[in-house]
Amino acid sequence: MKILVAVKRVIDYNVKIRVKADHSDVDLTNVKMAMNPFCEIAVEEAVRLKESGEVTEIVVVTVGPKAAQEQLRTALALGADRAIHVETDARVDSLAVAKLLKSVIDDEQPGLTILGKQAIDTDNNQTGQMLAALTGLGQGTFASKVDVKDGTVDVTREIDGGLQTVSLTLPAVVTTDLRLNEPRYAKLPDIMKAKKKPLDTKTPEELGVDIASWVSLVQVETPAERKGGIKVGSVDELVDKLKNEAKVIA
Amino acid sequence: MSILVLAEHHDGHLAGSTASVVAAARQIVDSSGGDIDLLLAGEDVGAIAEQAARLDGVARVRVADHAVYAHQLAEPLADLLVALADDYSHVLASSSTIGKNVLPRLAALKDVAQLSDVLDVVSADTFKRPIYAGNAIATVQSSDALKVITVRTTAFDAVGENNSAPVEAVATVADNALSTFVGEELAQSERPELGGAQVVISGGRGMGNGENFQLLDGIADKLGAAIGASRAAVDAGFVSNDMQVGQTGKIVAPELYIAVGISGAIQHLAGMKDSKVIVAINKDDEAPIFQVADYGLVGDLFQILPELEQAL
Ligand SMILES: Cc1cc2nc3c(=O)[nH]c(=O)nc-3n(C[C@H](O)[C@H](O)[C@H](O)COP(=O)(O)OP(=O)(O)OC[C@H]3O[C@@H](n4cnc5c(N)ncnc54)[C@H](O)[C@@H]3O)c2cc1C
Ligand SMILES: Nc1ncnc2c1ncn2[C@@H]1O[C@H](COP(=O)(O)O)[C@@H](O)[C@H]1O
Repeated sequence: MKILVAVKRVIDYNVKIRVKADHSDVDLTNVKMAMNPFCEIAVEEAVRLKESGEVTEIVVVTVGPKAAQEQLRTALALGADRAIHVETDARVDSLAVAKLLKSVIDDEQPGLTILGKQAIDTDNNQTGQMLAALTGLGQGTFASKVDVKDGTVDVTREIDGGLQTVSLTLPAVVTTDLRLNEPRYAKLPDIMKAKKKPLDTKTPEELGVDIASWVSLVQVETPAERKGGIKVGSVDELVDKLKNEAKVIA
Repeated sequence: MSILVLAEHHDGHLAGSTASVVAAARQIVDSSGGDIDLLLAGEDVGAIAEQAARLDGVARVRVADHAVYAHQLAEPLADLLVALADDYSHVLASSSTIGKNVLPRLAALKDVAQLSDVLDVVSADTFKRPIYAGNAIATVQSSDALKVITVRTTAFDAVGENNSAPVEAVATVADNALSTFVGEELAQSERPELGGAQVVISGGRGMGNGENFQLLDGIADKLGAAIGASRAAVDAGFVSNDMQVGQTGKIVAPELYIAVGISGAIQHLAGMKDSKVIVAINKDDEAPIFQVADYGLVGDLFQILPELEQAL
């Protein structure tokens, strides 16, 4: 079975972001970028499925600017076999990404497609669900366990009340939650080898996908900063403040 | 311009969050006019329909009662919403794991965008939503014919329950060949729901192990609090995933949030920094959590927690 993994280049999760002075967006100049953490988990899951013999080939795909090839190389170093870069400098929203990924799926016909549940820049949490809709496939979102069987996949999902397991007919779309696995680090020899692995570049036009969006970003603001408060010296002082100053307990 | 709100329910009860989604819908119709309908999909949901009908501002409750909706799977729910959506300008749901699962699927089937986690209604087509773990707030305007929106329910005060809206059945779309429900493990708790609790006390990696979370129980009992956790505490297996507060867990905004043995990573803050009053208990006086805490207490939680339980 072939597996397709979608990865996104985003701001490193440790970076404290700044809003541009003109409030048009977040300022990404000279900011450390990385693979979206949920996408790292998606790559790791694909690699484990390949190691267990369930998967024969891992194709990794990203939509984004030229620099996003760095994240494809990272995925190749981690164990993906081949990469597809859909190159665009435009702001591509989740629906357009899902359309582009659908056209890659039409081409590649993977048995399973794995995405992160959420990109930590837009915090959308949409693309996998949209891709499943467009391809007419079942969806196993927020996965903490993926169990590939013959013609189906059991996905254990992290839901608000606990865990839910669904069985999906393959092919299917899965999105990863934090506890699905712990991603490994790429080793230096693998990073060297990854440079020679195949990486194809395509454009949205070549894929015949219109990436126009009907949603515009009007402005971006910094939320009201919380002022740090005071340190109290004892439990009794804390309880007194909560009762008599903040009045949040009786 | 009418709005369809997907009602959420668990265990035979309407979820409290639905009243907050209706509140968001009301802000939209206040500016644009139109009705608010509730869609209640599930199996044997008659009693829930009665609860739903009481929500102020609801014009009618539309009920899809069929076994295929029993577990709120995304595929049949999205198909049902697609069949109904043409009568509406907006479809809203809570940004719960159900709403986040279903609404993007609906949006893609209708070839429109979806707006996630809306926390402010500017007008019928313009909304505010958090990005970058809430470290920035984006104002977005949609010119899609149908607006598909998940709502951050902690940002809207629930509507009242003095209504008696008519309840009507809708034709159900029952086919689902894509997914089947296998089973679920739901956390059992007598405590209030995290998302709606007035007081939340959360433990982090500093708690050391799962057993030590019992140190929070007595305090939670006295305060009527829900118990939450950081990702590190969940990852380490101290407590179950449904307790995680943060960017990728639950969003809470109680009157009082007490963070115990939690360092205050931005991903955790994203889930609790809109709380009215924040208390932090941590032995590291430089822990970032103190930068957002109204009241910080530096010290060993194993000493402080029993004292606190006593003092309450
Ligand atoms: C994509 C992504 C998403 C994430 N989503 C979330 C999320 O939703 N929610 C979330 O919480 N995190 C999330 N995280 C993880 C986050 O970055 C932090 O790693 C996590 O919040 C740390 O948890 P912690 O504060 O419990 O642990 P630590 O950072 O290890 O802090 C433990 C604290 O306990 C204190 N302590 C230890 N012993 C004692 C004692 N005896 N008495 C008093 N204090 C003590 C220490 O001083 C320390 O400050 C996410 C990370 C990523 C990359
Ligand atoms: N530009 C992109 N290129 C490739 N994959 C993407 C892109 N945007 C989103 N995805 C995938 O969709 C997941 C969820 O993203 P989102 O729905 O935008 O929060 C990510 O973790 C990726 O797996």
